[in-house]
Amino acid sequence: MLSVEGITVTYPSGTTALRDVTFDLDAGSICGLVGINGSGKSTLFKAIMGFVAPRSGTIRIAGLPVPTALRQGLVAYVPQSEEVDWNFPVLVEDVVMMGRYGHMGFLRRPSALDRAKVDAALARVGLADLRHRQIGELSGGQKKRAFLARAIAQEGRLILLDEPFTGVDVKTEAAIVELLGELRAEGRLMLVSTHNLGSVPDFCDRVVLILRTVLAAGPTAETFTQANLQRAFGGTLRHFRLEGASLHDDADARGLSVLTDDERPLVFYGDRASLAEAPPQTSDAAPADAPAAGEKP
Amino acid sequence: MSELLVPFAYDYMLKAMWVSALVGGVCAFLSAYLMLKGWSLMGDALAHSIVPGVAAAHLLKLPYAVGAFLAGLLAALGMALVRSRSKLREDAVIGIVFTAFFAAGMLMASLNPTSVNIQSIALGNILGISDGDARQVVVIAAISLLILAASWKDLMLVFFDEAHARAAGLRPELLNVLFFTVLSAMSVAALQTVGALLVIALVVTPGATAYLLTDRFPRLLAISIVLGVVTSFLGAYLSFFLDGATGGVIVVLQTLVFLAAFVLAPKHGLLAQRRLAAARDAGPPDPAARPDGEVPQGFVPRETGP
Ligand SMILES: Nc1ncnc2c1ncn2[C@@H]1O[C@H](COP(=O)(O)OP(=O)(O)OP(=O)(O)O)[C@@H](O)[C@H]1O
Ligand SMILES: [Mg+2]
Repeated sequence: MLSVEGITVTYPSGTTALRDVTFDLDAGSICGLVGINGSGKSTLFKAIMGFVAPRSGTIRIAGLPVPTALRQGLVAYVPQSEEVDWNFPVLVEDVVMMGRYGHMGFLRRPSALDRAKVDAALARVGLADLRHRQIGELSGGQKKRAFLARAIAQEGRLILLDEPFTGVDVKTEAAIVELLGELRAEGRLMLVSTHNLGSVPDFCDRVVLILRTVLAAGPTAETFTQANLQRAFGGTLRHFRLEGASLHDDADARGLSVLTDDERPLVFYGDRASLAEAPPQTSDAAPADAPAAGEKP
Repeated sequence: MSELLVPFAYDYMLKAMWVSALVGGVCAFLSAYLMLKGWSLMGDALAHSIVPGVAAAHLLKLPYAVGAFLAGLLAALGMALVRSRSKLREDAVIGIVFTAFFAAGMLMASLNPTSVNIQSIALGNILGISDGDARQVVVIAAISLLILAASWKDLMLVFFDEAHARAAGLRPELLNVLFFTVLSAMSVAALQTVGALLVIALVVTPGATAYLLTDRFPRLLAISIVLGVVTSFLGAYLSFFLDGATGGVIVVLQTLVFLAAFVLAPKHGLLAQRRLAAARDAGPPDPAARPDGEVPQGFVPRETGP
């Protein structure tokens, strides 16, 4: 579905933000894109959207070169909040309707089908009641959902989400994650950049760790390991380790590692990843028997 | 009563009123976009940048509009180029490019004094416009209007979210160039109507007024255009009685409407905001405002926590 082959991106200022990046993703998957600030996550999105041209290497989406894929509306994009002009005079439903533009004719007149898809997308993210609000009059979490609704209405095969969980409470995050799960079941591919390490094993079945280049890519269970994360984050990752007498009364040799970037911490108990706040429920990546945090095993 | 109809008895007045209304309407169309991007001063910059084009056209015996349009386009693209290739902000870029063009124009005019009538460029002269010039203006405005009518939604998308516009299969660079070409062309047309000094008002005020009156772009566009057409038509009409510069009358009218909207607009006006603030202090909370935690029905979040 998405194949990135050896791309190198250099900005006009001379910064090489990505070097020889290669990975492959199939449809029907949620892939976490994880790396420190400045590791090149947004740059990778820009390259996939055709905003910056790689100096070398190729990107193919569903086997097509980027411009062709874009023209066919295969790629949907959920922007980072800072990129949006929240004072723009559009209502929530207008924003969602923008997702349908690629399906409309020359004069962009919405058909009954376009309207129905917009209604359905709004209902799906729970914004039907707020559809007549100006876009800036929503809360942070509602704004995210509005743009997610646009991506749903667009029916893109590849959905790019740049840090969809910043400024979103746990409940909305869970709701967004559930929605992403449904979209995966429909055979779409989602590429999600996030600093929210704790929830990565919860909803991503694949992970790409980047730091200017790809450090590791593959299924979450094999790739999202403590060793790889420490390579990706180096000293910037806060790391707490509890073991021995401070954790157990008996001679249990296992220790508890808490890794956190800035949001939900990631907990390693023994060698397995778990969640700090919630046990995984639907995720097929994290082991089902991992203990919840806070519980002293 | 019949005195009020006198302007309609003169051909030159009829011409002035219709041409002004057309130009005012198309400029108002553009104003709805310019204001949103913080590019409002672009209109002013273009109007000034046109001067060397006019002077050069005189020297080369080319039609006035051709030189003006080319100079305007060059300035617009120059601004876009400097903007994308440097970290300078819009205001600095606009300032640099348009003063350079204006200076070149003044220099050419001073070296070749008879070539350009700076007065008529600065203030416009719609009441005395020749048939040929009027025809030029009408053709420019009509073509601009056609282009805008066909692409207004695409332009809105590009102005709101370029990344998504790309994802929807649009070509943002192409649409941007199209927009600035139309803007340059309309600056030339507006120049002849209200003069270089006041072009800025035509491409800012109607959009800014409409912005206070609605939250929906299509409505904003409609309000803006109606304002542009009505004030320009009326301005030309009134200038017959006031014996004043048409551009001045038009812009004064637009400013009055803006002030009225600024105070009285139903949601974004001064009075409405005061009323809202008072209601918030006194009455029960707005029932429509719900905390984000209460997710509306139809959206069932998964249980979290053990
Ligand atoms: N427009 C630009 N011009 C020049 N350099 C840039 C530009 N945008 C980003 N960079 C540089 O490229 C590198 C990668 O930036 P990028 O925005 O892709 O990081 P990121 O992984 O998205 O970071 P964050 O987690 O902070 O969002 C950084 O070193 C940054 O300084
Ligand atoms: Mg980023």
